[in-house]
Amino acid sequence: MLGMSANSVSYNEQGSVESGVDAAQENSSIPGSISSGGAASSLFSADYKKNEDLKEMLESNKESLKLEAMKRIVGLIAKGKNASELFPAVVKNVASKNIELKKLVYVYLVRYAEEQQDLALLSISTFQRALKDPNQLIRASALRVLSSIRVPIIVPIMMLAIKEAATDLSPYVRKTAAHAIQKLYSLDPDQKEHLIEVIEKLLKDKSTLVAGSVVMAFEEVCPDRIDLIHKNYRKLCNLLVDVEEWGQVVIIHMLTRYARTQFVSPWREDAVFDENSAKAFYDSEEERRVDQSKPYIMDPDHRLLLRNTKPLLQSRNTAVVMAVSQLYWHLAPKHELSIITKSLVRLLRSHREVQYIVLQNIATMSIQRKGMFEPFMKSFYVRSTDATHIKTLKLEILTNLANEANISTILREFQTYVKSQDKAFAAATIQAIGCCATNISEVTDTCLNGLVLLLSNRDETVVAESVVVIKKLLQTQPSQHSDIIKHMAKLFDNITVPMARASILWLMGEYCEHVPKIAPDVLRKMAKTFTDEEDIVKLQIVNLAAKLYLTNSKQTKLLTQYILNLGKYDQNYDIRDRTRFIRQLIVPNEKSGALSKYARRILMAPKPAPVLQSAFKDRDRFQLGTLSHTLNSQASGYLELSDWPAVAPDQSVRNVEVVEPVKETGAPALSKSKHAKSNEKFYSDSEEEDGEEEEGSNSEDSSSSSSEESVSESESEENSDDSNKSSSSQSEKSSSESDSEKKKTLKNKKPQQQKLDSKDRKQKNGNAVKVESRSESESGSESSSSESSSESGSELDSDSDSGTDQKKNTKPKPVQSKPVIKVEKKEVSLLDLDDFSPVPVTTPKSSILSPNLLSDLQGLLISPTASALQASSPVFVPETSHELLHRMTGKGLSAQYRFTRQPCIYGNSMVSLQLTLSNSTDQALENIHISEKSSTGQNIHRFNAIERLEPQASVTVSMGVDFNDSTQAANFQLCTKEDEFSVSIQPAVGELLLPITMSEADFTKEQGKLVGMNESSATITMTPENVSSQSVNRKVVSVANLGVIPSGQENIYRFSGKTVSSGSLVLVSVVLKDPDAVITINTEKTVMGSMLLRQVKTALTNSGP
Amino acid sequence: MIHSLFLINASGDIFLEKHWKSVVSRSVCDYFFEALERATEPENVPPVIPTPHHYLINVLRHRIYFVAVIQSEVPPLFVIEFLHRVVDTFQDYFGVCTEAAIKDNVVVVYELLEEMLDNGFPLATESNILKELIKPPTILRTVVNTITGSTNVGEQLPTGQLSVVPWRRTGVKYTNNEAYFDVVEEIDAIIDKSGSTITAEIQGVIDACVKLTGMPDLTLSFMNPRLLDDVSFHPCVRFKRWEAERILSFIPPDGNFRLLSYHVSSQNLVAIPVYVKHNISFREGSSQGRFELTLGPKQTMGKAVESVLVSSQLPRGVLNANLNPSQGTYTFDPVTKLLSWDVGKINPQKLPSLKGSMSLQTGASKPDENPTINIQFKIQQLAISGLKVNRLDMYGEKYKPFKGIKYMTKAGKFQNDCHLLVIQKIAG
Repeated sequence: MLGMSANSVSYNEQGSVESGVDAAQENSSIPGSISSGGAASSLFSADYKKNEDLKEMLESNKESLKLEAMKRIVGLIAKGKNASELFPAVVKNVASKNIELKKLVYVYLVRYAEEQQDLALLSISTFQRALKDPNQLIRASALRVLSSIRVPIIVPIMMLAIKEAATDLSPYVRKTAAHAIQKLYSLDPDQKEHLIEVIEKLLKDKSTLVAGSVVMAFEEVCPDRIDLIHKNYRKLCNLLVDVEEWGQVVIIHMLTRYARTQFVSPWREDAVFDENSAKAFYDSEEERRVDQSKPYIMDPDHRLLLRNTKPLLQSRNTAVVMAVSQLYWHLAPKHELSIITKSLVRLLRSHREVQYIVLQNIATMSIQRKGMFEPFMKSFYVRSTDATHIKTLKLEILTNLANEANISTILREFQTYVKSQDKAFAAATIQAIGCCATNISEVTDTCLNGLVLLLSNRDETVVAESVVVIKKLLQTQPSQHSDIIKHMAKLFDNITVPMARASILWLMGEYCEHVPKIAPDVLRKMAKTFTDEEDIVKLQIVNLAAKLYLTNSKQTKLLTQYILNLGKYDQNYDIRDRTRFIRQLIVPNEKSGALSKYARRILMAPKPAPVLQSAFKDRDRFQLGTLSHTLNSQASGYLELSDWPAVAPDQSVRNVEVVEPVKETGAPALSKSKHAKSNEKFYSDSEEEDGEEEEGSNSEDSSSSSSEESVSESESEENSDDSNKSSSSQSEKSSSESDSEKKKTLKNKKPQQQKLDSKDRKQKNGNAVKVESRSESESGSESSSSESSSESGSELDSDSDSGTDQKKNTKPKPVQSKPVIKVEKKEVSLLDLDDFSPVPVTTPKSSILSPNLLSDLQGLLISPTASALQASSPVFVPETSHELLHRMTGKGLSAQYRFTRQPCIYGNSMVSLQLTLSNSTDQALENIHISEKSSTGQNIHRFNAIERLEPQASVTVSMGVDFNDSTQAANFQLCTKEDEFSVSIQPAVGELLLPITMSEADFTKEQGKLVGMNESSATITMTPENVSSQSVNRKVVSVANLGVIPSGQENIYRFSGKTVSSGSLVLVSVVLKDPDAVITINTEKTVMGSMLLRQVKTALTNSGP
Repeated sequence: MIHSLFLINASGDIFLEKHWKSVVSRSVCDYFFEALERATEPENVPPVIPTPHHYLINVLRHRIYFVAVIQSEVPPLFVIEFLHRVVDTFQDYFGVCTEAAIKDNVVVVYELLEEMLDNGFPLATESNILKELIKPPTILRTVVNTITGSTNVGEQLPTGQLSVVPWRRTGVKYTNNEAYFDVVEEIDAIIDKSGSTITAEIQGVIDACVKLTGMPDLTLSFMNPRLLDDVSFHPCVRFKRWEAERILSFIPPDGNFRLLSYHVSSQNLVAIPVYVKHNISFREGSSQGRFELTLGPKQTMGKAVESVLVSSQLPRGVLNANLNPSQGTYTFDPVTKLLSWDVGKINPQKLPSLKGSMSLQTGASKPDENPTINIQFKIQQLAISGLKVNRLDMYGEKYKPFKGIKYMTKAGKFQNDCHLLVIQKIAG
């Protein structure tokens, strides 16, 4: 075993495939490594042993050994060898720090996860952690791998990850999310509705990086949802030039389809030139009659598309050029088409395979519009080095381009081709000559003569092909060509190709009256050789005999009978059948009856001449540039290009309004209804889950709350929903109660809030109604009803804190949190497969699970001694208030705000604020309120309008703002009856936290989980007066709303909190090492972490109180 | 999109496979092998092969078939273009794209393929980005990696991936700042036996090698931009500027790249720089044929015609050729009947010629095909179309770069790998 690596050369002979692996092995001289060379091909046992060795390497401590092993495994995968039994050993290394090792493990995982689903689940948590890594490359690759692991059970996790990534700050991660959409869709098509929501969101993305990928996802998941494109159409057109080239191709194809549904045909004026689409011609004719006075004016959006794609004809990427060409072909007015010609011809200088595809498309185009390519005819001249299929295509195009003017040039060119050494090509040329001859009557005779000359060619294929073509040509005008027929009869003896012989015999029979002397003689010869002929020739002999019998029975009667006898005993049943049929038909006897009277008319009926037409004649039914066009058969997933609409649909759907979230029309309204639908489904799902367990045990509390809701929704919702809700919410509660300790701890967060719920809800419903009525005016009753249903749907969740946000969030926007219980259930179903196996795994639909919560829960599930994360009251509430509106700018109205540091009563993800408004004028101010229009994305819970504020009076109100865990200022309008003032609240990072208490042990444990990029620390020098424990505590809690954790050690201070919006843990520790202090902050929200660090640093270094 | 990729060598062995979605059994390649068997020449395999459940799209380069498996409708050129891009990347990384090179670097190949496609959709195909993600293997790096345990996989997302100039990496530094441009033109021409030109086209490319620090913004202008009939650009070129002013304005990628390819319209009379006199005859009934060929320069503006290579496919009846070149060497392959004559440089004072006799199969009749003669050559310092670069300016950086422009004319190419056929002479 050990010695085998010494000489890899000898193995290379056996399996040179291994050389890569061997070479790598030599480079890193690993003692004890085995060559994977010859052993692989020999025995299973050897294979097994070799993998044992790899396993050992993977389990060693040395990074280099592991890497080496992985490289060899990748080598195995590349060769298509099975390395699946190494899965457990490999999957352990998924969290490796070595990035190359990690990547190779990813490669392995993606390859084998499908086969080893259970083991693959072990790696999931690593990816979930990596999804939150501050490095965008790591986030993206984690999502890539996670979504590439085709394990159905992780569908919900993928869904969450995608939703999260779709709102990531990095466009690269969002691009990856768009790719993941397609993967998830192919894994579980049931997710379609939710994926469409993500697609819709991503379509709005302004990054060029994302555009191509999301359109790809759109094409794959919901190509029929053309309504999603409306609002993004202009943006896509404008971005197109800057999108990466692959994305351009996809977008152009999609926009082609879009445009065909949205704009009217630009071809009306010159439809006459469109030789082939007769239908279009008539349509337009009618159209013209109807509105003769109204000339065609191109929709500006249609023009925009054409204008913005035109520069891409100069792309170096052939696929882009082809895509633009097909777009012009299908969308541009005919007189503008010529600009694509040059670019297409340019592509012919590219690789052979590119030429093939481009030539195919040109062939289709050239049938309809010769003029486009005629000036470039010489580009289609065949070169001796062209591959056969290229030659045939060029020939096809030349044939299509032939007209009276250029036929002589083309025929001269064809002559050279006939002499080609490539006989198949020569034969194709003869066919092409035949085509030209039928298409252009002026040259028919010339061609025919030329072909006859070819009959004396020495090459058999050429002669045979000529005969076949001549046969076809003669059929069109037989009477004048008895000479040719005679000539062919003479040649007959020398021709051996069956098809050609059969053709000549058929010609003889068909025109036997033109060659009365020769035909019987030919039949005589054939009678002699009948038994040696091919079947196809035999059939024609029988035909010839029959025809001669009818026209010239005197001379041929005996011959015919002889041949019919031969045919009767032929081995081939077709020939026997034919013989029997012919005999009954032509030889009169008692049984044959009436039919023989008509024998002559049957056999000698004039036959229509075959039409020689291009093989590309009907290819235009497929969109150019597609696979289906290339194959001339519909490929799976082909999207039909629709006909132009007679009347253009409403153009205004593409108008993009300046962001005014409430007044959205069209697509957003539709999406809302989708949203609502999905919500309903969500609940009916959960009913299925829970209903059985909990039927009929409605508690007073939940049913009353739900009935309250139903008031607002009764007009739109089915009654049944009512019970759904109560039962499901009920079940949530009871299951959580009964289940386990860990859930209780989660529950603990809620009670204080639940009290507020009902009151809170009332208010919200009020809001909701307002919103509805507005949207109703815009988009009809349907959307309003769906709105309300979505409203009520999310209502239910309000005790697990998501619903509130959604309320005022009129834009469908990611919501930061989700029903906690749901998450847990999902986790359970993921890990405890046996217990919950029949339960369909539902995905959270309306809300996104905050990743931190998920990981928290994971932590909870994995460790039995769950940490108690308990929200606590703030240690310190600063009294300082900040100016919101100065009385000078506010025309007498002044406003100040301060952070109360209390959990917000309006919503769990909101920061609670106290607003003091005072009137310094001498008149009363009326109707002070916050405008409904919020210019930034934040969710604001407004205070109730103050009807009247007396002069010199002041009033204190509270409001809530969801800052989304970012220090971005919340901007809004403070209004009085007369005026509006723009104000903004800029939160300090410390105010975005809520304190929690936990034990010291828990703190250390949580801290251990949040290492690496989630940790930021700094060393500072403390001023002496700050060193006391009191001052450290005071300083930190004044900066940030954190809870103090009782510490066992004197010089270590610990503080903990969670972010308000997403609930991520924020852990702060200050370790004093005289005179220095090390501040460490652990949180997943790294941005917040570093900001907080800076503030704590300043606080601790500054002297003073 | 692209489901899987199989690499198949000339002898029909699958030596690498990569799947981006579910694994597709390699038995799907049997359809490809069938087509391969049916094709008389390796080039004759149809690029698109339908099978019952999949579609195979293949390209042939460097005698390796790159067979992509796809499952549903996709623009075929999309796949073909991508496969060629893969080959270009391999070539870029390993110097050559051969079976041996791919096998030697199988891990890098796999890492590359992993980065280039995600779920079958291209992710990063720009060479500059790939090189930051995965460093090309060099001997030095391999040694260093072995000793230090460091890897050739980048940890950070290449900055180019996110910027508006994805083709250029940031933080480029050179001590010598240089920018070289090669204007290379190729003539494609078909000349009939009487010596008149049937078609002649000039295609040109401007290949650049730019090694400049920072973010230089270059403009390149031509003396006679009107010559350029049809152009295609590297994505870095600002199209609007070209449309308006006929000036190439761009932030160049780092290193080697093709800035522009163009076509000189066939309306302009193309001066063919070489002429051929030939006399190939077979006498009826005799087993001997005569072969005479003379080359000469014409319209070369005094520049020497170099690296001349003449090749001709002789008729099948020819058994052997006994020829006498006045310079250079010739070979005749009795199996393929390919005659090739490596002439070297044409000396206008003493024109090179190749004369002699051919022996024919006894009893065979006079071959009726006309052999075509293909000529390949190079002319340094001459762009046959007359295209001239006017000036090159740099903005955005302070230093003074060294600039160089080189012209060359050579025989046309019809396929990337084969520079053979230049002037095709139909003799007879």
